[in-house]
Amino acid sequence: MSAAATTLAHEVPPQAGPRAFLHRLRQGDQIAHLLTLTFAAVILLLTSMLVYELWINSHLSRTQFGWAFFWTKVWDPNFDNFGAAPFIYGTLVTSAVALLLAVPLGLASAIFLSELAPRKVSDSISFLIDLLAAVPSVIYGLLGIFIVVPLMRTTLGPLLINTVGNVPYIGVLFRGPNYGVGFLTAGIVLAIMVVPFIISVSREVLLTVPREQREAAMALGATRWESTWQVVVPWARTGIMGSVFLALARALGETMAVTMVIGNAAAIKASLLAPGDTIASTIANQFTEATGDLYLSSLIELGLVLFLITFILNGLARILIVATERGGGRPA
Amino acid sequence: MSALRITWRKSLNFVMLTLTGVAAFAVVSVLFLILGYLIWNGGASLSWKFFTQLPKPVGETGGGMANAIVGSLKLLFLAAVMGLPVGLLAGVYLAEFGGKTFSFIVRYTTDLLNGVPSIVIGIFAYSLAVLPVKHFSALAGGVALGIMVIPITVRSTEEFLRAVPGNMREAAMALGASRWKTIATVVLPAASGGILTGMLLALARVAGETAPLLFTAFGNRFWSQGWGQPIASLPVMIYTYAVAPYDDWHRQAWAAGLVLLGLVLLSNLGARFILARSKVV
Repeated sequence: MSAAATTLAHEVPPQAGPRAFLHRLRQGDQIAHLLTLTFAAVILLLTSMLVYELWINSHLSRTQFGWAFFWTKVWDPNFDNFGAAPFIYGTLVTSAVALLLAVPLGLASAIFLSELAPRKVSDSISFLIDLLAAVPSVIYGLLGIFIVVPLMRTTLGPLLINTVGNVPYIGVLFRGPNYGVGFLTAGIVLAIMVVPFIISVSREVLLTVPREQREAAMALGATRWESTWQVVVPWARTGIMGSVFLALARALGETMAVTMVIGNAAAIKASLLAPGDTIASTIANQFTEATGDLYLSSLIELGLVLFLITFILNGLARILIVATERGGGRPA
Repeated sequence: MSALRITWRKSLNFVMLTLTGVAAFAVVSVLFLILGYLIWNGGASLSWKFFTQLPKPVGETGGGMANAIVGSLKLLFLAAVMGLPVGLLAGVYLAEFGGKTFSFIVRYTTDLLNGVPSIVIGIFAYSLAVLPVKHFSALAGGVALGIMVIPITVRSTEEFLRAVPGNMREAAMALGASRWKTIATVVLPAASGGILTGMLLALARVAGETAPLLFTAFGNRFWSQGWGQPIASLPVMIYTYAVAPYDDWHRQAWAAGLVLLGLVLLSNLGARFILARSKVV
């Protein structure tokens, strides 16, 4: 329909020349076109400026530390020595914990909503889950500080130390002092925050799987679960991966809730119960206190790193989701 | 053997399907847990004073967050003024005028901008509006939130404009209306309910943003002295009060959380209400 409209506007014979242009200008078409085009270009301009500002303002830090910034484990504002390794580690660990908890929970819920629940129930639950996604991050932080942290300190932490902590190999993850704040607490809060995104995207993708696929599997004698797990989910796997990438991108960039429960310590510790810091929480905590140009520049370089990571992940996620919705996710 | 296998498959079926249901209800119950905790803890500390008084100096109990409530509204106003027009017109471009390649680039960039972590947007707004003048300001906070409003508005505007049937455009143009007249008097009004919903959702989302305000709008324990000065906002107040060591501040943080969550959830519900009513078009 809009194709027809496009030809209408552009099918002015070329020999009409400047008069036709004036005519269209007077009618406002060209003005409207140019005006809206300008505002569309503003978005491109803003995004390029964002990259430019991050790049320029991190210049000091980039020239001073070079690539070593990424593996230097020291972050010492007093001696102007900055390395991002503890924060990159913290970001990866908290996001990994979050995904480990959120993916099974989210996928199971999405399966329930798309395969089992009657459409009405499914829609109203999805609505509530959308509301959950709208809850501001600082509110999650508030609940994290006053509910999850005490729970971790008094109940969950000691429980983990006394049980899983004694298991060889993985026990290392649950040892040492338990303050309630730390990687695990941040991961749990993050998991709750990203679950709604996994559910809503996965549900959409699962709903696009053709009905015949389910019917064929059930006609061959598969149970409901077998048809879901061996036919429907593999069909939608690319899109589900996309939803996981999207959730990961959110988890990596999430700031407030993490800042409030991670304990804020620039340290790499094997134990998940130890306090740490992520890239985003470091920026949030220290930006206003940054005295000295190199300090500020290093924080901005952290921002640049975060931007690049989420940029790549978001791109991948979109490609995967589009690929499945076009039916490219067929199992081999 | 085979009977055993069938029993096994049937029980696996039952167990796994039940687990998916448990998972879904567990996630939904989190929403009610959040609501319940906030109402329980925040409701007790919510009073008339909370809405009318300034924060008391450290050490004194009582006081309210009137300045933060007004501050948040001011910041939202700035975000709306700066972000909504850009989002709306860019959305119109994508839906009505856009070519192929350029539109693809704009759409992709919009999605990218939408995915940029809010703390990074904060750094960007800081370098745009704080660095040049060397002090925090309400304006800088508005810039940060305004940038975040744009991508959400663009995509929802485009989506709802595309949903307007093509024959409405053709009918208007057959009557001799020019392209922009068709858009301004027929297409936009037809899609207005959806577009408004999108804008409201965009504002609801940035209303709860804290990270981009930390080093742009900063915060203020008094009434703001104008657009060029630091200003208080509800989310930043919740953060500051929650991490502070005073019990009275914690109570206030709960109350502020309740007010903020109420604001955000109500605008979400309102947006859906508008959408449901305008679907008739």
